[in-house]
Amino acid sequence: MFNLERWEEIFETISKNKLRTFLTGLSVLSGIFILVILLGVSQGMQNGISSQFQDDAANVIFVWTGVTSVEYKGMNPGRVIQLRNKDYDHITKLHKDELEYKSSVYRIWGGMVTYKKESGSYRVEGVYPDYQFLENQTLIKGRHINTLDIDNSTKSVVIGKKVNDDLFKDQDAIGKYVKVSGVNFKVVGVYSDPGGEREESRVFVPISTAQKVFSGANRVNFLSFSLPMEDNFEKATAASVDFSDKIEKQLKETHDVAPQDESAISVNNSLENAKRFYDLMGMIKMFFWFVGIATILAGVIGVSNIMLIIVKERTKEIGIRKALGAQPLSIVTMILHESIFVTAIAGFLGLFLGLVLLEFVGPMVETEFIANPSVNFQIAITTVIILIVAGAFAGFFPAWRAARIKPIIALRDE
Amino acid sequence: MIEIKDLHKSYKTGATSLHVLKGINFNVKEGELVSIMGSSGSGKSTLLNILGMLDEADTGSYMLDNVPIKNLNEKIAARYRNKFLGFIFQSFNLINYKTALDNVAMPLYYQGVSRGERLDRSMAYLEKVGLAPWAKHLPNELSGGQKQRVAIARALASDPKVLLADEPTGALDTKTSYEVMDLIQGINDEGKTILVVTHEDDIAHMTKRIVNLKDGVIIDDSYVEQVRAKDHV
Repeated sequence: MFNLERWEEIFETISKNKLRTFLTGLSVLSGIFILVILLGVSQGMQNGISSQFQDDAANVIFVWTGVTSVEYKGMNPGRVIQLRNKDYDHITKLHKDELEYKSSVYRIWGGMVTYKKESGSYRVEGVYPDYQFLENQTLIKGRHINTLDIDNSTKSVVIGKKVNDDLFKDQDAIGKYVKVSGVNFKVVGVYSDPGGEREESRVFVPISTAQKVFSGANRVNFLSFSLPMEDNFEKATAASVDFSDKIEKQLKETHDVAPQDESAISVNNSLENAKRFYDLMGMIKMFFWFVGIATILAGVIGVSNIMLIIVKERTKEIGIRKALGAQPLSIVTMILHESIFVTAIAGFLGLFLGLVLLEFVGPMVETEFIANPSVNFQIAITTVIILIVAGAFAGFFPAWRAARIKPIIALRDE
Repeated sequence: MIEIKDLHKSYKTGATSLHVLKGINFNVKEGELVSIMGSSGSGKSTLLNILGMLDEADTGSYMLDNVPIKNLNEKIAARYRNKFLGFIFQSFNLINYKTALDNVAMPLYYQGVSRGERLDRSMAYLEKVGLAPWAKHLPNELSGGQKQRVAIARALASDPKVLLADEPTGALDTKTSYEVMDLIQGINDEGKTILVVTHEDDIAHMTKRIVNLKDGVIIDDSYVEQVRAKDHV
């Protein structure tokens, strides 16, 4: 392989046949380039969609109520179903061992939060400490609601990053007092949420305080639970579906709701959504792989085609070389050496251009569904190597045939 | 230098077989300048191709410089061609993307001569054929006569035992033809054995011996008074 004379010969051939070299290179370059872009966009879409689903813990079960739509046990439809503390206590006691995190939520409508002269309208909710994990929140400063807050009904509040930025600007919010719908609460923590600004413009207070201060009595708006993750996705979904069915049945019984009534009590299982999400991701992945493989295939066919044409075009030259004493093997290696060299350079150039484009244009893409497009470098390198090997194979057979043509016949070729 | 005994060659095209060479007996001594004449289809090109190891005879023996040429595989044929023979073709057969100098250097490349020495030696041969100033030109920048001179320089580059010229003046006008023949005569004067296939009488008479081929057999083989091409230029 490392024969300086042959390299010289190849560089001479390449530099004197610029168009041919360019065309061979172009088909490889564009193939790899397109593949890298495709893989990048595919990864970007996966990232984008994942982040859309990231705002809640993946295996959260969410319960809310509405109005009955079916007549049941002599009661007319249109009856408002209200969840209460005892529903929450009942479920948590019954499923103590199955649950990972649990919280009921009491929502204060039209919550105004004011600090000195700054104020804003934010979602205000009374929650249990576990709610932090159910919402997948991360604390930036301070602490979240804790059990002491619940037991003592303290006037503590945890605010989102957006709320913090709006009201406090650069000041440290911890320990300051804000008015929540006219009542003074002490800020104990600031959180961030992967769901972004929308999820970060919320404030949380202990549910016991919320019910007392905002005349909630024993009413709650939602129940939120999570189950521990199973190692197998299918199993996790099954457990989660099973659990949601159970609590739906229990709640319907205690509230005298018809089993088939969909609007009175709703149990939403995020794992089922997650499954759809994973399926979608799988589909996207498969689609891009399909397109990618088709691209590679097209590239391989393109390279093979060009190799065939090159060999055909050089038949006479091969005849001349053989008449001058070239051995068959030297003809084959000459052609292969050249083609591998050109495809390798073009392949890596295409890879490089693709990566550069992803690197510089990627961050500029501002759509929710594509985030941080990037490509697995190893896959890209593998593809380039596959293409080079394929090109070499594709070139080998015509080259071998050309090397076997009798020089007298090759010389006659016009 | 060349000894041929009872050489037969036939080409099969489908069901019919065309018997081209029907028992050729023919010897060439070192330093001879021989022309092989004959009308089209007489088998002269086939004979030259067999002599040039570009084609193989069916039966008969062929000795080149006391080496039996038979049952050659491609590899050995290539090596013998490189070592023993220099080709001059009617259509020049230069590699069109290589300069005159690089074309001349080709046989040396296949001999494994290093680049520097290759180019030095090639340059000397280009000088010999009077084309040193054209060394860096591509074939399509040269006239027909110049191209053939480059081809002759290339044939000489590997210092072969025998030069084989297939209608070397076939594509050239009379004046240029004589110039090329003058060059060939000059090379022969230095002792190189040369075989020229031609169908032109005047070209044939510029060699020292004319072998006449008809229908696959030699009908006449005689030494002639050589006409010096220089006198006609």
